[in-house]
Amino acid sequence: MSAVSPGNMTRGEPILRLRGISKQFGAVSALADIDLDIHAGEVVALVGDNGAGKSTLVKVLAGVHQPTSGTVEFMGREVTLDTPAKALELGIATVFQDLALCENLDVVANLFLGHEVAPWHLDEVAMEVRAWTLLNELSARIPSVRQPIASLSGGQRQTVAIARSLLLDPKIIMLDEPTAALGVAQTAEVLNLIERLRDRGHGVILISHNMEDVRAVADRIVVLRLGRNNGVFTTENSNEELVAAITGATENAVSRRRARKSEQIGVEHDA
Amino acid sequence: MTHESRSAALDRADVRVRHDEGFAGMARGFIDRIRTGDLGMLPVVVGLILIATVFTSLNPVFVAPNNLVNLLFDAAAVGCISLGIVCVLLLGQIDLSVGSMSGLASALVGVLWVNMGTPLPLAVLGALATGAVVGFIYGTFLNRFGMPSFVSTLAGLLALLGLQLYILGPTGSINLPYSSPLVRFGQILVMPDWLSYVLAIVPGVVMVVLGLRTIRTRAAANLSSPGISVLLFKAGVLTAALLIAVVYLNQGRGIPYMFGLFVVLVVVMNYALTRTKWGRSMFAVGGNTEAARRAGINVNRIRLSAFVLCSTLAALGGVLSASRLASASQQAGTGDVNLNAIAAAVIGGTSLFGGRGSAWSALLGILVIQSISNGLTLLNLSSSLRYMITGAVLAIAVIVDSLARQSRASHGRA
Repeated sequence: MSAVSPGNMTRGEPILRLRGISKQFGAVSALADIDLDIHAGEVVALVGDNGAGKSTLVKVLAGVHQPTSGTVEFMGREVTLDTPAKALELGIATVFQDLALCENLDVVANLFLGHEVAPWHLDEVAMEVRAWTLLNELSARIPSVRQPIASLSGGQRQTVAIARSLLLDPKIIMLDEPTAALGVAQTAEVLNLIERLRDRGHGVILISHNMEDVRAVADRIVVLRLGRNNGVFTTENSNEELVAAITGATENAVSRRRARKSEQIGVEHDA
Repeated sequence: MTHESRSAALDRADVRVRHDEGFAGMARGFIDRIRTGDLGMLPVVVGLILIATVFTSLNPVFVAPNNLVNLLFDAAAVGCISLGIVCVLLLGQIDLSVGSMSGLASALVGVLWVNMGTPLPLAVLGALATGAVVGFIYGTFLNRFGMPSFVSTLAGLLALLGLQLYILGPTGSINLPYSSPLVRFGQILVMPDWLSYVLAIVPGVVMVVLGLRTIRTRAAANLSSPGISVLLFKAGVLTAALLIAVVYLNQGRGIPYMFGLFVVLVVVMNYALTRTKWGRSMFAVGGNTEAARRAGINVNRIRLSAFVLCSTLAALGGVLSASRLASASQQAGTGDVNLNAIAAAVIGGTSLFGGRGSAWSALLGILVIQSISNGLTLLNLSSSLRYMITGAVLAIAVIVDSLARQSRASHGRA
């Protein structure tokens, strides 16, 4: 297994460094001794099976959960992420899979939620212009920014959520399953967008079940299994190796199909 | 991208959206909103017309100018309480103790001012401060212990009522001096005619001035606007309606200052809810608490502010009702005060489920509730019947709210 040790792939200065992060919920340890480095201008994919601890790790970084032990270093300084506001302030933006938007508010209000322009006399025009600019940059297809979120489709909601994370020009953007609810064109848009984020020097953490998406944009692929680090891969590693690391077994449907295929090819060659 | 946005307004690029412009657009948008369950002011307007027709046919005194002036005097006190209720309802919370709180506030004013000789402003401030403290306690219970506001305020209802009875002592009732400014404010003082006319014109003028400014800044930022004609039409209708009302009421005693105070509070609250970060946060917490928290909003502080505002406004309502009745008694704030305040907010269009509503709903709703109460009083009906009818009206209002909510959900509105 040609796993790359973290730190080998430095693309810029390290922004975020996790060392020995553990998180326990009662008797269950959701995360155990996790190490993770994120550098400026790289896309790190976080993959793993259900219950591998991906979402918990995201919540720790977003300040929703506090780790039971371990240290978080941000820009070389040790920090405690005790509230979501603190994480945002530092420059760690998160696009959550769920519960990210207020359905009763319109797109502009959601984009600027918590960071409104002119708190004592909201500048709706400035916010609307910025909203359109941001959405156009993402080539997003939102019909009107004055519609409540309730009237948007799942993909459009995801786009709004991603646009919102960019508003504060964060250092690190975490995307939790950003393409899960998107159509083909929008998935491609989001993947393009992720590359644009990388080129602008943001660190991106991408969580996805979709290996195709991960392979399309990720520089490094970090595998979690049962709350532990289970290897770091690049796109050069094969799907089988990834699936093996994710499931912890080398014998599975993916490897069997690959084996059948190579057998068939072998037979055809013989014939 | 700049080239594209120059050719069409920034918000008019998408061909899928129908853009309602001019009068036809306005009418079409209005019908659309009603059909999809965004009822706005419609239930209130229909309700008021219905109430006026029924009660006038039963007793023509109902529409006499002086009766309507009395109605406005009565509406101010419960209206203030209802304004506070709007705040907690926006968060999807409730305060069931506003009636007791208002009773306690009126008792405090009576005891502090009449019995102990404290200067009137200090006594009123004391009552309001007590309200703020009570609201702070409810908010803290919710934030610290996760105690549902339904339960904590139900406990408060009883506790505050007990406190009210305790400080009033065995006599149970304190009369406020009739010549005092407080009682004159609640019973006699009305605006001079010229002032009421000026105030009737001001909203339309402000609407046009602000509207024109918005259209200009939006045009400068390459955004579309509904158009000047629609703006002028709305301002014209508003001004005409207000002028007719004022002319009619001035044939009687005129517009009470107390009602003016209530309207000012509504306007201030409306500004705070729609044009400040605090207001935006209120709607966000009411719509999706978790999303608001993740957006960096201090949810606990928003909740605290809502409960403090609600109880303080309830205390103010108590002071106003004491000035209206010229007494602080054991009966103050009991009976239907609680339900009237909540019903007014809901009838006016503030949802019981959080995240939807406006300050105006307190004003509109209390006019409906007070009209019913006033009309039933004119018919000499006993309070037993009045309670039953008010209860039925509240039930209908909640059903309408619930149905409208389902319709909005199925039509993709918030």
